[in-house]
Amino acid sequence: MKNMLNVALPKGRLGEKVYAIFESAGFPCPSIKEQNRKLIFENEECAVRYFWVKPSDVAIYVERGAADIGVAGKDILLEYRPDVYELFDLNIGKCRMAVAAKKDFRDDPTKTLRVATKFSRIAGEYYASIGREIDIIHLNGSIEIAPILGLSDVIVDIVETGTTLKENDLEVKETIVPISARLIANKTGFKFKTEQITRIMDEMKKQCGENKQ
Amino acid sequence: MNNRIFAGFEEKVTFALRDLFSSYGYSRYKMSRFEEYDLYVRNKDFLISDSVITFTDTNGKLMALKPDVTLSIIKNGKDGQGSVEKVYYNENVYRVSGGSHGYKEIMQVGLECIGEIDGYCSYEVLYLAAKSLLAISPDCVLDLSHLGFINEVFKGVGLDPAYRGAALSLIGEKNLHELMSLCEEAGLSEENARRIKKLITLYGAPEEVLPRLKETFGGICDLSSIEELEETVALFDPETRSILRIDFSVVNDVRYYNGTVFKGFVKDVPVGVLSGGRYDKLLEKFGRKAGAIGFAVYLDALERMEDLRPFDVDVLLLYGEKEDLATVRMWAKDLMQSGKSVQVQRAIPEDLRYQKLMKIEEGRLILLEEYA
Repeated sequence: MKNMLNVALPKGRLGEKVYAIFESAGFPCPSIKEQNRKLIFENEECAVRYFWVKPSDVAIYVERGAADIGVAGKDILLEYRPDVYELFDLNIGKCRMAVAAKKDFRDDPTKTLRVATKFSRIAGEYYASIGREIDIIHLNGSIEIAPILGLSDVIVDIVETGTTLKENDLEVKETIVPISARLIANKTGFKFKTEQITRIMDEMKKQCGENKQ
Repeated sequence: MNNRIFAGFEEKVTFALRDLFSSYGYSRYKMSRFEEYDLYVRNKDFLISDSVITFTDTNGKLMALKPDVTLSIIKNGKDGQGSVEKVYYNENVYRVSGGSHGYKEIMQVGLECIGEIDGYCSYEVLYLAAKSLLAISPDCVLDLSHLGFINEVFKGVGLDPAYRGAALSLIGEKNLHELMSLCEEAGLSEENARRIKKLITLYGAPEEVLPRLKETFGGICDLSSIEELEETVALFDPETRSILRIDFSVVNDVRYYNGTVFKGFVKDVPVGVLSGGRYDKLLEKFGRKAGAIGFAVYLDALERMEDLRPFDVDVLLLYGEKEDLATVRMWAKDLMQSGKSVQVQRAIPEDLRYQKLMKIEEGRLILLEEYA
């Protein structure tokens, strides 16, 4: 039996784009497009095995070796710091981690800033780097509602187009870091499947029009 | 739940490593369970996890259950006259493990060489690291890096010291795209950025990578660390050398480590199982003039490998109520003498995985079941 390469794909729109890149890079798995409840899809010929997982769990699957490689957003990598290799930037799923607040918000430096976010670590480190005292309010979703209801002064969240913010009378005050999808690899997996992984990576790079490298 | 413990894989590895280290004349370092908490607080960043179990001793001193062995060895050692202190340890340490957020007792095996470390000493430690990995599994890799060389490259290409820490972590992640952005931000020329890039893109067998590093960085920076690596690797026998890889993504904390650093991986264990390097800087912090090199094997990472063992015991030996006990004893002894592990029982225990099921009936040994 061939040594299969396990690939964790993020469920959802981004994952479909990611799979399309794998497919055009020469690692297709036609069964993945069939409408059924299967969770794992194999193509023995290309020696790849794909599976869909929750986007925020991709890094866990890869770090713990259940997947050799996977595609995860930079936001997740910054927040959870998994011990993995970050092999390259797919340049898709682009957005930014930003501080947003009500349009008329003015920061009063004499008060502790209340920050609502799903990304406590990123927010904490950002404000520590500029020496601002904050109170982190960890929320799991609908972050935008926090400043409207007065739960927080600002939010730290992912901003893609800014439409949700605009519709709720909020605006971006500061960009913390640009975000995009990254190919990550388990460290042990990379040692023992180096050739397979670098081949996929090189083909994918061509598809992603990587010009910087 | 199967809570029974048989001579597990970790234990077998422990014995193998102890034999290996003693055969090279390393003496066993035995320490007490407790150390003063102060020792760990002052060197918190050296520890894998900074949580330590503490308690107050009867004299009011704050004590800690040891989370690490290396620090105690350094603290308690004395600078020798030109000789090298060679010790190994096999101790339980207490630290927060992985995602459990709870303390765990972890068996750690490792060795340390402290004193005037020369080329032979570095070779011996690296060789023992490689042999330790081979004792765990033939499918293993020992990654070698050299922090001194990375620093020379940074200096050689003129990377501003303010960017060096970040550049080192990016090399650790093999994060080429962000390293290139960082070079751009730091105002490095394209040619120099291309050179730094090689620290990520060049990896593999030493005999292939080391000459290419010399080619790339000759005239740019001091190559003595590469020559040092070449010298060390040349001393290896071909079989052991075949598991060595040059890979600069091994980046231990530069506040403690300098020179050669290495990390060992075993197939199917998702994390590194062995880690070590040259840590003269840690000794400096203790006011000692000596150099030091050593490594530790993380046996807890091997726990999952136990599943590879198909059976708990070789033979499950059953006997009936009426059997003569001396006969039972004789048969059990007989089987054990043929090198098999034997569990003697009246009935088959739940969850026990045995290769052979045997029964004593009227004094005779009968084979009931056998698995391949």
